[in-house]
Amino acid sequence: MATLTYRDALNHALREEMQRDPNVFLMGEEVGVYQGAYKVSRGLLDEFGPMRVVDTPITELGFAGVGVGAAMVGLRPVIEFMTWNFALLAVDQLVNSAAKMRYMSNGQVGVPAVFRGPGGSALQLASQHSQAFESWYAHIPGLKVVMPATPADAKGLLKSAIRDDNPVIFIEGEMLYNIKGEVPEGEHVVPLGRADIKRQGSDVTIICHSKSVGVSLKAAEQLANEDVDAEVLDLRTIRPMDTEAVLNSVAKTHRCVVVEEGWPFAGVGAQVVDTIQREVFDELDAPVLRVTGADVPMPYNKQLEKAAKSDPAKVVSAVNQVLYRE
Amino acid sequence: MASSAAPRSKTKSKGLDPARADEYRGWLRQMLLIRHFEEKAGEAYSLGKIGGFCHLYIGQEAVAVGSLAALGPDDYITCSYREHGHALARGISSQAVMAELFGKASGCTGGKGGSMHLFDASLGFLGGHGIVGGHIPLTTGMAFAAKYRGTSQVAVCYFGEAAVNNGAFHEALNMAALWKLPAIYLCENNRYGMGTALERASALYDISERACSYDMANEVVDGQDVLTMNAAMERAVTRARNEKLPTLLEVRTYRFMGHSMSDPIHGHYRTREEVEGQRKRDPIAGWSQRLIADGLMDEDSVRTMDKNVLQEVEEAYQFADQAPDPAPEELYTHVYAGEEGER
Repeated sequence: MATLTYRDALNHALREEMQRDPNVFLMGEEVGVYQGAYKVSRGLLDEFGPMRVVDTPITELGFAGVGVGAAMVGLRPVIEFMTWNFALLAVDQLVNSAAKMRYMSNGQVGVPAVFRGPGGSALQLASQHSQAFESWYAHIPGLKVVMPATPADAKGLLKSAIRDDNPVIFIEGEMLYNIKGEVPEGEHVVPLGRADIKRQGSDVTIICHSKSVGVSLKAAEQLANEDVDAEVLDLRTIRPMDTEAVLNSVAKTHRCVVVEEGWPFAGVGAQVVDTIQREVFDELDAPVLRVTGADVPMPYNKQLEKAAKSDPAKVVSAVNQVLYRE
Repeated sequence: MASSAAPRSKTKSKGLDPARADEYRGWLRQMLLIRHFEEKAGEAYSLGKIGGFCHLYIGQEAVAVGSLAALGPDDYITCSYREHGHALARGISSQAVMAELFGKASGCTGGKGGSMHLFDASLGFLGGHGIVGGHIPLTTGMAFAAKYRGTSQVAVCYFGEAAVNNGAFHEALNMAALWKLPAIYLCENNRYGMGTALERASALYDISERACSYDMANEVVDGQDVLTMNAAMERAVTRARNEKLPTLLEVRTYRFMGHSMSDPIHGHYRTREEVEGQRKRDPIAGWSQRLIADGLMDEDSVRTMDKNVLQEVEEAYQFADQAPDPAPEELYTHVYAGEEGER
């Protein structure tokens, strides 16, 4: 095992996949000469040259479309968005072109492309730079949506995403780039569509993804001090969702809290709750609760921002409610 | 009719090259096929056999036929949603296109795409696309792939003049010029974006001048003359294949029908006189008269060709009408590759 940052784990995945397959290339703003806005692509221009590490003008719609077009004729682009906030300009290409090409062409033309970059809020970046859009993309048939929470998953899932023949929305955590973790040496591939139990427990299931995994694990530690044994289930892939893992865990604990960074209305948690109530209704000892970001644009003020975000205390409170301790 | 089609290039003033006689006759046949196919499609639409939107190509036939004739078999083509003519000219069979309009399993996308999303990957025909301008960056990406792989392929994008006002056009052309990509952006300027005239939508009247923003080669082409169209396209293809440089072609043409089946031929946004004036520059009449004048065909052979084409279209119609619907389980196929864990 090597200890890597999330950032370097992504960098290693890109390097290895570009070494492995000459059809893989990286394109986006500042990915080359600048070495990446978040330094994920550090060193890749030197190793692979400007045809495979392509700096673009600030044209999200344009270069997302270039990626889709290149993928339609067999290349395997990795398109970097500096953040998913800016990718709003490219939604037409992701939804109308990437997601539908295979279906509209009756299977003749696929789009094996990865669209990646940081999502979610960071620190005091205010409304337009602090948004979690995974539920938007997960809504679209034809797209896969992947959100790693740890360095090991970041590397293994990015490698799988690049090898996948479908368009994959790969949302990294802006606040996760510096976290460190153990990453297996050598070939390390994590399949898409498989959740991971990050902490075993028997009293309640906390379902989460991306940055919310860290929040949930902290909450679980606090709960352990109160003799509550929480299981933390990291979805890792939002779509296709590992419903089997979700249902097995809830059937074991009989209580569930879903945690996410995004807004509550039609969020990822809403889909999780729908699945649980349909499939294992009789296993539930309490209604499933959700912890989400506040239903407002993100404010700049530090205290207001803190109030808007999900945090361990909110998760602990929700768990106490489903245990009828509160 | 030919007299009103003012010669706009040197190719027009010279006699037709007898060595290309078969090719020239083939162009006439293709244009006749598109015209009669579209007439039949309009009829089928009125009978309820074709649903959704249906945008006919009548009047613009010389653009697709003349330009596609300049391409090779490995080149890439994308189109807007007014693409029945391009599909036929590229070689998708009239049966497969008509069956697709009917939404049938034998259609070129199995009934899933319909009128606006015709595909045949084996011909490099990579779609009709339904969002104005959305396919222009895709074409830049295909040209990027050609350069990436070091092939001599060319990527061609057909779009209407209304698309040049949106961001996708600007972003895609800027990158193609910046990166020196073998792309051809063929703007079919038929004067109207739905019901909005060019001068009511664009601050610049000459669309070709937009290429100056990208330091890109450009040309204004008479799209009602198939030979002029072909010659201009050949220059653009040579530039793309040999010099690896993009071109913007502004092709001036006119649609004789409404924007779609729900839009009358004339009314709120254009007059009967305007449409009738443009019809005098019918690309098919002009070309058949040219072939007859140069002795490459006579009236009888044109009539026979027309009859054969009508027969082909009738057979396409019957084929489409009798073809089966897609099986119900097709609803869930081709959403994902591999279909792993999800249909």
